[in-house]
Amino acid sequence: MELNEFTLKEQLDGLRDSSFSSTELTQDYLKRIKAKDPSINSYITVTEELALKQAKKADDRYNKGHALALDGIPIAHKDIFCTEDVLTTCGSKMLSNFKAPYSSTVVSKLFDEGVVMLGKTNMDEFAMGSSNETSFFGEVKNPWNLDYVPGGSSGGSAACVSARLASAATATDTGGSIRQPAALCGLTGIKPTYGRVSRYGMIAFASSLDQGGVLTRTAEDAAILLASMSGHDPKDSTSLNIEVPNYTEEIGNNISGLKIGLPKEFFNQEIPDHVRKSTEEAIEVYKDLGAEIEEISFPNIDLSLPVYYVLAPAECSANLSRYDGVRYGYRCEEPKNLEDLYMRTRDEGFGPEVKRRILIGTYALSAGYYDAYYLKAQKCRRLIANDFTEAFKSVDVILSPTTPGTSFKAGEKINDPIDMYLQDIFTIPANLAGLPGISFPCGNHNGLPLGLQLVGNSLEEGKLLSAAHHFQTVTNWHKESPEL
Amino acid sequence: MSLSDKELKEIAYLARINIDENNFPALKGELDQILGLFEKLNLANTDGIEAMSHPLDLSQPTRKDEVTEINQREKMQESAPLVQSGLFLVPKVIEGEN
Repeated sequence: MELNEFTLKEQLDGLRDSSFSSTELTQDYLKRIKAKDPSINSYITVTEELALKQAKKADDRYNKGHALALDGIPIAHKDIFCTEDVLTTCGSKMLSNFKAPYSSTVVSKLFDEGVVMLGKTNMDEFAMGSSNETSFFGEVKNPWNLDYVPGGSSGGSAACVSARLASAATATDTGGSIRQPAALCGLTGIKPTYGRVSRYGMIAFASSLDQGGVLTRTAEDAAILLASMSGHDPKDSTSLNIEVPNYTEEIGNNISGLKIGLPKEFFNQEIPDHVRKSTEEAIEVYKDLGAEIEEISFPNIDLSLPVYYVLAPAECSANLSRYDGVRYGYRCEEPKNLEDLYMRTRDEGFGPEVKRRILIGTYALSAGYYDAYYLKAQKCRRLIANDFTEAFKSVDVILSPTTPGTSFKAGEKINDPIDMYLQDIFTIPANLAGLPGISFPCGNHNGLPLGLQLVGNSLEEGKLLSAAHHFQTVTNWHKESPEL
Repeated sequence: MSLSDKELKEIAYLARINIDENNFPALKGELDQILGLFEKLNLANTDGIEAMSHPLDLSQPTRKDEVTEINQREKMQESAPLVQSGLFLVPKVIEGEN
């Protein structure tokens, strides 16, 4: 068995009992990246030298008997997380030459636990997309079938973990950008409660929705990694000052009697038969595990997509105003005057999807439309959050498919924004309400994985991880891996 | 809901994005589709509902007014497109001179 075939947990065990060293493990991944990534394109930057240096330090700590919590585990970071002195592009031409002058809190926390950074992963430009086709650095291929997309926006993170080009990867989720690629690439992905993971140094898209999380091969791996990333950060004013529970202990909690809600409106959507079937089979698995199933209602669910596509672009139009070609990033050639510098820099530096969203957001916030769109959407957002509050009075978690289908072919949806946006129909509501959500594999159709989503109440990541972990103790979907 | 050329021009200017007028028809089509999605919002009854701008009903925390960052001017300017004597350079903004 190759070292990259082990889960993160198994690798930690192996490092601890000296079955192999972090240098061997890191070299194994670097070798595989060189051999396999040219056809997948999951990395924008591979930090080989840094990785080997970090691995050596981890090995020294193991030898001296004072290893750190995640010492020597090679992971990849989504290129949205600032990494000091390392290229941080956010998948955009605008930042194609940007070396971050500081590291994000997520990256720093993981470095402090001994994690080895293999590199930075490809993503949809500024995290706007569901197929990883909007990246300035080229499309990412789905390792299960190279004609298909890996999902997005964390498509590079998902593809690299799925192809075993990293033990795990960090990711972010504004409307489904962790859970949807997790589903399409056969991985476990968790988006924690808004405020659980610091956003400091995580390049902003829509600040009231963005949240960092992880993509891993098992729920157990997700629990280990998330525990080290979470926690209060004085540098992020929206970071929750609430103690982080021990997720690795919580995943063992019994789920007998767990109340699972099925929103009838989700199942009334047009879902393909294979998605419906694998979801129903997953429900049976939970029944066998002793969970109780209850139908619930989400009367305002239809508002999620329009609310999201008013609020996320509105927030992005404000956040992305900082890219003006003055202090960092791309600048157009020979600007005639300051205005020309701004306007051409932003036209040339941003791709079509980012420009579409900035324009929509600018429109929704402009005089005369603010009340009709922005304020109205914020009120509708409250209605959706209220639906969740009501549901959690009677159930512990809410179950649905993660996506309306398996992966799709590259080029299939890129010219139809609305069709692309529908990818996130099941994942967006959790972001609007700031709630944690997890996706994990629950089936396979024509050689492509399918994901199951559970959404939990605020700060109940432990419950989600435990429910996913128990599912993985009696099913094998998460053990399937693409052949490359 | 349909955007006029004039409206699109105004939005693009507000967003400071230069858009080639040849691309107007295609772009308008895409934006109209997205705006069409918003129509659903009008069907929702939001009387008496408070706007939700954020998932956490938290007040902004404050900290002591102390310097926490060190001066890293040179490092911060390393990624700048054009710098001279520690200043970011942009084209001349005073009109009437050449």
